[in-house]
Amino acid sequence: MKRSSFAFRCPLSLVAGLGMVALASPLAAQEGVTETSIKIGNIVPYSGSASAYGNIGEAGAACFEMINDKGGINGRTVEFVTLDDSYSPPKTVEQTRKLVERERVALLFNILGTPTNSAIHEYVNQRGVPHLFVISGHQKWGQPDKYPWSMGWQPTNAAEAGVYAAYIKSNVDNPKIGVLYQNDDYGKEWYDEFRKGLGDAADDMIVAAEPYESADPSIDSQVVKLASSDANVFLNISLSKFATQSIRKADEIGWKPLHFLNSVSASVGSILEPAGLDKSEGIITAVYLKDPTDPQFADDADRKEWDAWMDKYYPEGDKTNVFNGYAYAACHTLAHVLEQAGDDLSRESIMRSAANIEDLEVPMLLPGVKINTAPDDFYPIESMQLVRFNGQTFERFGEVVSLD
Amino acid sequence: MPQSDLARRSPPDPKLFGLRLSRWNRTMLALGLLAIVAAPHLMEDFSVFQLTKAAIYAIAILGLNLLTGFNGQFSLGHGAFYAVGAYTSAILMTSFGMHYALTIPVAALVAFVIGFGFGFPALRLEGLYLALATFALAVAAPQLLKFSALEDFTGGVQGIVVPRPQAPAWTGLSDDAWLYYFTVAWMLALFVLAANLVNARPGRAMKAIRDNPIAASAMGINTPLYKTLTFGVSAAYTGVAGAISAFVVGFVAPDSFTFFLSVALLVGVVVGGIGSVTGAIFGGLFVLYVPNFAEEFAGVFSKGLSWAAYGTILIAIVYLMPSGLAGLVRWLVMRAAQPRQTGD
Repeated sequence: MKRSSFAFRCPLSLVAGLGMVALASPLAAQEGVTETSIKIGNIVPYSGSASAYGNIGEAGAACFEMINDKGGINGRTVEFVTLDDSYSPPKTVEQTRKLVERERVALLFNILGTPTNSAIHEYVNQRGVPHLFVISGHQKWGQPDKYPWSMGWQPTNAAEAGVYAAYIKSNVDNPKIGVLYQNDDYGKEWYDEFRKGLGDAADDMIVAAEPYESADPSIDSQVVKLASSDANVFLNISLSKFATQSIRKADEIGWKPLHFLNSVSASVGSILEPAGLDKSEGIITAVYLKDPTDPQFADDADRKEWDAWMDKYYPEGDKTNVFNGYAYAACHTLAHVLEQAGDDLSRESIMRSAANIEDLEVPMLLPGVKINTAPDDFYPIESMQLVRFNGQTFERFGEVVSLD
Repeated sequence: MPQSDLARRSPPDPKLFGLRLSRWNRTMLALGLLAIVAAPHLMEDFSVFQLTKAAIYAIAILGLNLLTGFNGQFSLGHGAFYAVGAYTSAILMTSFGMHYALTIPVAALVAFVIGFGFGFPALRLEGLYLALATFALAVAAPQLLKFSALEDFTGGVQGIVVPRPQAPAWTGLSDDAWLYYFTVAWMLALFVLAANLVNARPGRAMKAIRDNPIAASAMGINTPLYKTLTFGVSAAYTGVAGAISAFVVGFVAPDSFTFFLSVALLVGVVVGGIGSVTGAIFGGLFVLYVPNFAEEFAGVFSKGLSWAAYGTILIAIVYLMPSGLAGLVRWLVMRAAQPRQTGD
């Protein structure tokens, strides 16, 4: 390493670097919509920590393939471009800009994750690109005044909290509620929305609230405290291993409250089974999709159609994975939006159509769950049904609750 | 062929295609700078944005290279310093309304202090043990950023949306082109600084410690001081890169700074060329473009295979270019120039 070496290496390196720059030069511009096609952009994590959700992108592609085989949407075939962001927000920004500026997609659809979508929220709204059916339960995807180009799809955490609150108020005598929540913005927002759902009576009904940190090794002490408060209702806003621990601990100390578990943790395979299926009996959660593993849908028409589609278009997919139903339903929602927009597929028109959905039923949503939007209502699905775990599966009970 | 420093210095410049290397270098330097200046005018904004990100990675990789390549200390945790820089800049901009350009020196200082502090325990750790200690830093960083006591500043899991700077009107540039020039100016300044550093007294001391710490201290080099200072400077470089990335990307969140970022930076160092200042530019381009290339290439077969394709490319590079891309360029030039030199 001599003094001359920097001057010697630097310029040659720069020139070699230019060769790589040339690789990145722009491709020919392509419109998102032609007479015969429409281009849709999608980003999901195919790699990285959240790659378990990658199948949503694959299932989406398979669903649009089926629609194309049936003649497309208003005669246009869908070109579905799906990219990987590894659940890394900076990568999401890069891939989004690639889709919008290089691929020139007409719209963005079903991008997964709260932090990832947050990273592109400003960009898509400044640029005026439809950012439809974001895969996230956060409330921020429904602010048409501030962000007229972004729209969620699934019920928000607030909607779910509201469903539980409404049920408790009208079905439980003298409710004394103990709340366990993760001490971050997810848990705190959830807890706040639940309090709003209870209304003025919140302070009287909630007898104990215990936060935990996601870095805590165990939440045993929190569960014991809740139990000792004599609560007869347990609102459990915990995630992953903490959900498992809390179910087991409550059973261990013989606490038998009416147990509501936030739906993101209501997975039989990954949460309830490790805790013990017998210990999980009686847990209540809320759903809006048909669970493909639920035997009561075995003869359901939607479910059979979905089965046939999985066999033909996505044979490598997992039929027990509820997200394959999710992707199928979301894809049909978008197909409806584009069909309704007719031949005017400008971005404004697509957004107008997305904001004017009336009582739409799409396959794989529970019977009675309807999609409704309006120019001031960017929350497509706001109905859910309560289900109770019977030791084997979740059984539906009561009516579909709608918070429209 | 003699290839030691003496041999290359004493005879006159070797020739390449009839021109002396030093003249080639000046020409190439001019052309390279011209290309850097011209690039935004020849490309769409998205490509300019990608180049900006590559330049940011290049700065971070250079920082890590100062530590690993020139001082022989391993770090699997530079993603944490990158995060420190990014959050410093993001918080100063959003909570305190500071101008984006002013946040960079502050981010450098904060990262320097933290890096310097981490350098002390690092003194007692060598090689693999140091790698493990820094690994802990990298995996802890996203969790610390989610820590609820800091949530008012860090935004917790949701992160912080950072306003993207706009190009001043007098420049007539697009925002992307402006940020590109801004980033490249920092990059060039930091590269010149690093080149001067490693070729001056402190640099010689750093390399002496890398090559033989006992001999270095026997010659009167204050080993602990140099090692901790190098850690600090290395962290500061990476912090600057993180700070720029905060407003170029427009968003920071714990998920942006996972362990994978630290690994990507280390890959950049190795692929660019360990102990090569300009190699960091190759490293930056590699870290940005090769995963994209692998995705498109593997996408033909299966979505899930892109990182397998990336791995294959990586193995090929490490095998075929043991001293990195910068080493390859150097080797090719020397090979082309050598026969003429002997024929002189």
